[in-house]
Amino acid sequence: MLRVDNLRKRYRTGDEALKGVSFSVPDGEVVGLIGPSGAGKSTLIRCINRLVEPNDGDVFLNELNVTKLGRGDLKRARRRIGMIFQEYALVERLSVMENVLSGRLGYVSFWQSFTRRFPQSDVDKAFSLLERVGLTDHADKRADALSGGQRQRVGIARALEQDPELLLIDEPTASLDPKTSRQIMRLITEICRERNLPAIINIHDVPLAQAFVDRIVGLQEGEVVFDGPPSDLTEDVLTRIYGEEDWTTMHGDQDEPEDTHPHPARNDPTAELV
Amino acid sequence: MTTDQISTTTTYVWRKQPFIKSPVTRWGLYIGALAYLLLAAFSVPVNWARVWEGLDRGWRFVEGFLVPDFASRWGDIVIGMQESLTMTVTSTVVGILISIPIGIGAARNIAPAPVYAICRGVIALSRSFQEIIIAILFVAMFGFGPFAGFLTLSFATIGFLSKLLAEDIEDIDESQTEAIRSTGGGWWQIVNYAIQPQVMPRLIGLSLYRLDINFRESAVIGIVGAGGIGATLNTAIDRYEYDTAGAILIVIILIVMVAEYSSGYVRKWAQ
Amino acid sequence: MPITKSENGAAVWTHRTPKARIVMWVGWLLLVALFIFCWQVMTEGTIWFFVYDAPRQAADIGSRMFPPKWSYMDELWWPLWDTINIATLGTLLAVIMAVPVAFLAARNTTPSTKFVRPVALFIIVASRSINALIWGLLLVAIIGPGVFAGIIAIALRSIGFIAKLLYEAIEEIDETQIEAINATGASAMQRLDYGITPQITPAFAGITLFRWDINIRESTVLGLVGAGGLGLKLQASINVLAWGQVTTIFIVILATVLVSEWVSAKVRHSLI
Repeated sequence: MLRVDNLRKRYRTGDEALKGVSFSVPDGEVVGLIGPSGAGKSTLIRCINRLVEPNDGDVFLNELNVTKLGRGDLKRARRRIGMIFQEYALVERLSVMENVLSGRLGYVSFWQSFTRRFPQSDVDKAFSLLERVGLTDHADKRADALSGGQRQRVGIARALEQDPELLLIDEPTASLDPKTSRQIMRLITEICRERNLPAIINIHDVPLAQAFVDRIVGLQEGEVVFDGPPSDLTEDVLTRIYGEEDWTTMHGDQDEPEDTHPHPARNDPTAELV
Repeated sequence: MTTDQISTTTTYVWRKQPFIKSPVTRWGLYIGALAYLLLAAFSVPVNWARVWEGLDRGWRFVEGFLVPDFASRWGDIVIGMQESLTMTVTSTVVGILISIPIGIGAARNIAPAPVYAICRGVIALSRSFQEIIIAILFVAMFGFGPFAGFLTLSFATIGFLSKLLAEDIEDIDESQTEAIRSTGGGWWQIVNYAIQPQVMPRLIGLSLYRLDINFRESAVIGIVGAGGIGATLNTAIDRYEYDTAGAILIVIILIVMVAEYSSGYVRKWAQ
Repeated sequence: MPITKSENGAAVWTHRTPKARIVMWVGWLLLVALFIFCWQVMTEGTIWFFVYDAPRQAADIGSRMFPPKWSYMDELWWPLWDTINIATLGTLLAVIMAVPVAFLAARNTTPSTKFVRPVALFIIVASRSINALIWGLLLVAIIGPGVFAGIIAIALRSIGFIAKLLYEAIEEIDETQIEAINATGASAMQRLDYGITPQITPAFAGITLFRWDINIRESTVLGLVGAGGLGLKLQASINVLAWGQVTTIFIVILATVLVSEWVSAKVRHSLI
């Protein structure tokens, strides 16, 4: 359970990225965070694990107030929050296995991590995660030898290796082709359901978000302007979030025949207009 | 181009835009540069008679280079080379060991401000003077011989390597650091997992490059008494033994070529 | 592969294979052994008394170095002018000679990879392997001491440097642009003018400025071997142990280097 309360962030340049954002995410719910570039999506999820320091407001992770923690406690809190990045953010020159095991850095001593002698339980977990994301055969390849979709799978495994209580996901599909994007989104949402994990996904692709997430939060100029199920995302709402545009053509090319999953967008009034 | 004179009868003239737009600045620069060159060229006193005389000596040197004499001063050459090579190796190793912490401390993105200031200060101090000037001071303090040379080259290595290492760390892909930080990794773990893998190949390349530079420099600082092959070379030229000087230069060039060739292999392996 | 199965079938992961681990340890051991060996050989002739005495010596020299003898400045203006000329004229001469060498050495512009390229590469290596001070030493012996020897020394040292960086830039140019120029029916010289020159001009300007900057530093010390400039005064002052004058010279050298760095940064900024 994550609760964000009146979160504010003003950068030193004077830009007000977040103007009092509040919402909460119950366990097992996957929230898609949408909004135009510069709306503060990236800042918001980075304020939750304090890679960006918020100026005001609170973030509660299962009753622990993350914003009030000192350095040591913050590190311990961070290991409970998994993060998946745009462009994967793998350490390119380390092997897949080392990347996955780096999810345990918050748990092991520097010496253990330096000598790469992780506890066997961590290694077992890493193997089972690699199997879950379908990369068992690639464990000893270097991360830069993988394709985009494979790299993002490693990113997912790294985040899960932390045994997180929350997933923060920043534009997971920004550099992937449509098919791989759907596979990655499906994998993320499946895993969240399996583990009853709350997750926030920053995402640009509205139809993709509608297809996979349970709930959508729309951010515009640092404020929440929409919060509801994907089916409520009408033309009016999209205009409120992104500004004026002809939204009716949006779903035109989304009908992939191999897609057997139910398409929540079908219930969307905008979809009727296609 | 002016566009306000558009009419059906005008024929357009196109000329390449000059690099400096304002004609005053442009011609000012041209004239200034020409004036400086003339002034500089005429202020150089050239004793053409002496140069003419020298051509003969120059030819003797070319001959010495083509038909080098390794034999008559072989003992001196061996001792000089031994000093040069040993001080190259020791100074590079010591220099690298000191450069790594200073380089990390001089990287703005991971070092706290006071540490950053101190480390940048050390780098500036080490880089502001030529090796040969540092060698003069160290020879005055530590006496003649390769030990002063070792200190000089170590000191110069610190400025070179730390600066480039720090710049490299500042240029790394921050998203990888962010990813490791978000797993709850501490400062040492961030350095070990996110930064070291990214900068290691370049650090190895730079260290090899510095090894190469240190060897070349070791051939120079001998001129002011800091040991090495430079002293041998200086003596040979003073005695007008051009064939021995040619032999020494050939040995230097060969070693530099071998070093460059083999460092290419190591760099490829480190990638 | 570092992944193995243990007896009970569980996958075991180690960072390195046992063999890689041994190779690594042996490598480090050899490096340490080499260092110790070199250290022993190097310090064989070291008189440790001087080394232990160094702090006292340093303090002594330091006290003599301050305050700097400012009146000595009057004698330094002319050598300073010479120093700048050595660097600038030397760089110019080097550029004139280095450009053809670079084109002969670049794989995509050389007339013959079998005969011309190796010669050009040899010129580059020979010029680069020998420090400007050694070139100075030789030239002073050959054509006599003075500024002229300094200019030639700087030029000879810089040819290799400029030619090497330039030919690498030429080899990295975008072939499709050349193809496009070729497709218009251009001659070889036109190809050079329209296809190659625009692509390497920024690199060329940057390299030249970079070398000029280095040459300013080098020309401040060339006088130590008799090749003119501030170094001559430095040598003279050290010979008579006039440490106050030495400090003044150091300050002038430092200021010159800083100004030249500033100038080259400014020019680079406006060019590129």
